[in-house]
Amino acid sequence: MNHLLTMENLDRGTLESLLDEADDFAEVLTRPIPKVPALRGKTVATMFFEPSTRTRMSFEKAAKALSADTVSFSPGTSALSKGESLKDTVLTVRAMGVDLMIVRHQATGAPWRIAEWLDIPIINGGDGAHQHPTQALLDCLTIRQRFGSLDGLTIAIVGDVKHSRVARSDIFAMTALGAKVILVGPSTLLPLDPEAWPVTVTSNLDEVLDAVDVVYLLRVQTERGGASVFPSLAEYAVKYGMNTERLARLRPDAVVMHPGPMNRGVEIGYDVADDDRSLVLQQVTNGIAVRMAVLFRLIGGEQDA
Amino acid sequence: MHDLVLVGGSVLTDAGLRTTDVAVTDGRVTAIGRELGESREIVECSGAWVGPGFVDLHTHLRDPGHEWREDIGSGSAAAAAGGYTALVAMPNTDPPIDAGHLALRISDEARRVGKVAVVSAGCLTMGRGGERMAHLDDLWSAGVRLFTDDGDSLQNVAVLRSVMEYVAQLGGVVSQHALDADLSGAGFMHEGSVSSRLGIYGIPRQADDIVIARDIAIMRMTGVRYHVQHLSTAGGVALVAAAKAEGLPITAEVTPHHLMFDHTAVMSTDSNFKMMPPLREESDREALVEGLRSGVIDAVATDHAPQSAVEKDVPFEHALNGVIGLEWAASVVNGVVSLDQDVFFDRMSITPAAIAGFTDHGRAVAVGAEANLVVFDPNVRWTPTSTRSRSRNAPYLGRELTGRVEVTILGGAITYGGEL
Repeated sequence: MNHLLTMENLDRGTLESLLDEADDFAEVLTRPIPKVPALRGKTVATMFFEPSTRTRMSFEKAAKALSADTVSFSPGTSALSKGESLKDTVLTVRAMGVDLMIVRHQATGAPWRIAEWLDIPIINGGDGAHQHPTQALLDCLTIRQRFGSLDGLTIAIVGDVKHSRVARSDIFAMTALGAKVILVGPSTLLPLDPEAWPVTVTSNLDEVLDAVDVVYLLRVQTERGGASVFPSLAEYAVKYGMNTERLARLRPDAVVMHPGPMNRGVEIGYDVADDDRSLVLQQVTNGIAVRMAVLFRLIGGEQDA
Repeated sequence: MHDLVLVGGSVLTDAGLRTTDVAVTDGRVTAIGRELGESREIVECSGAWVGPGFVDLHTHLRDPGHEWREDIGSGSAAAAAGGYTALVAMPNTDPPIDAGHLALRISDEARRVGKVAVVSAGCLTMGRGGERMAHLDDLWSAGVRLFTDDGDSLQNVAVLRSVMEYVAQLGGVVSQHALDADLSGAGFMHEGSVSSRLGIYGIPRQADDIVIARDIAIMRMTGVRYHVQHLSTAGGVALVAAAKAEGLPITAEVTPHHLMFDHTAVMSTDSNFKMMPPLREESDREALVEGLRSGVIDAVATDHAPQSAVEKDVPFEHALNGVIGLEWAASVVNGVVSLDQDVFFDRMSITPAAIAGFTDHGRAVAVGAEANLVVFDPNVRWTPTSTRSRSRNAPYLGRELTGRVEVTILGGAITYGGEL
């Protein structure tokens, strides 16, 4: 593995081994001193061309837990605002001696371009509405910790799949690990070609509630691409929101997940987010472990020792 | 003593295809036949096609205002290398070509360069703003025959109706970049399985088709000659076919890139596959190939659109639209559509010249006519690696093509090749 750019082409063995490694790092994080020297002397750059706080913090925490140094880039305060190109920006940061870059960018494919320009591993920290691989890994780790395996599970991904990089990564990772994925939402928020994805689709959340092990809720926005895509947040909440009534109709062992940031009261009911069956905070915690696993896989090898 | 004799090619003459020689003296074709006698220069053409130089209805020379991408000199060199002897320059320059003196400067400068005859298209509206009529009379007097706000569709139908009426009375052609601004809105590529996979906003085919359908309706009100630029959809081809069947004076063009590629090329997110209208699906590509073959599509037009590396070496969604194509258009058409020689020259030269009103170009080779000619070898396989354009945004570099321009002749002078 030279880079981590997409979940589309990762086989089950690679995914399982990353999750195994993440489980080990999750244990490290529970120690009194939650730090190992695996990446001592390495420098990791977080290049977030699209604003993000949580994902950047998670990556930085993961790098520091592996004893790597971190440098970070923010578009607002950088030479980008002086007209510098993306290519010059990343070449400049590379020339400072960084060993790996984590890239978040609003344009699909930007991490691929950067991987072509540079000679170091690139982690896609989210590109456009395309891919967000480490989110998929942390989601799968969280599900695996709860159920032991994704094999045979049924997972409903609810909401704005069409504009979601999280969904585009989750669909491939979850199905590669043996789960069945159902996409739920109004047609304006679902892929226009569902037959091309390894999924089934429905616009009726209530009809799948008793059949699913995981309800994975996506953040919604009323406007996309200059057009309104559903009538109102209130109507969305009635039809697709995971409220306490719907929570009660789930199987007893079923769980609720959300990649954050949540719109409480819209896609997730105010109390549901805090329910015992909500894994939202465990997802956040697991994010650090899977990012440690990916960093270690990419630059922790013997050849770099 | 002739200036130049083209020996042994398959020549598209005014009496049909003949394997023969063509003599050129003082800028004109002076004899057609064998054993034409002594010449200062001889070009061996056996195995190659000889015919009228190609004519492009859609070149962005980027001059004035965007010379870091292309200028009349570099664009002319690229055109000559592609076998072109005449072209129509698109008016979305800075300033836009909305008055006669601006158009005249372009033709004059091209004449000074001497590699290709250029007539600028004129804007439909002032500054391509879509509101006030451009100086259409003034442009017409400057030799402009094609009118377009290319780069954008003219969206306001009342304005469109008015300019169509005015251009109809002049006898000109309204040439439309057919794309509905609202429906294409946030899109960067064709809306389909690839845009869905990539999470990139798509542009549905209907964004093209509804504008073509709308414009055909206004054609019926105005009687104007109407030309559809860069068809990309099977639906657009069908609309043009139906309008032709109805007897309306409609013509249409297709680009080399829409003939060769479909949206699956965009999976690479390589910005050299980003253009407007976007690459669509294989079924659309097949309809375009068939349309060109049958004549529903009248002409190949390059939509040669230079953009600098600064504007293209960026993520797909941030890249500017457009690819260059003057140098390889004939090769792409020959390789992909494999037309007979007479049909090939019809779509590459004769019909586009008729649409644009070039009288000395796009004529079958005839004694007495101005010598604007091309020698094209339809069988040679080659792989382009460089360009004469100032920009390199070409999806063809490094790709094997079939057929190559060997010699281009403008007004009796060799503008490309001939050093065989």
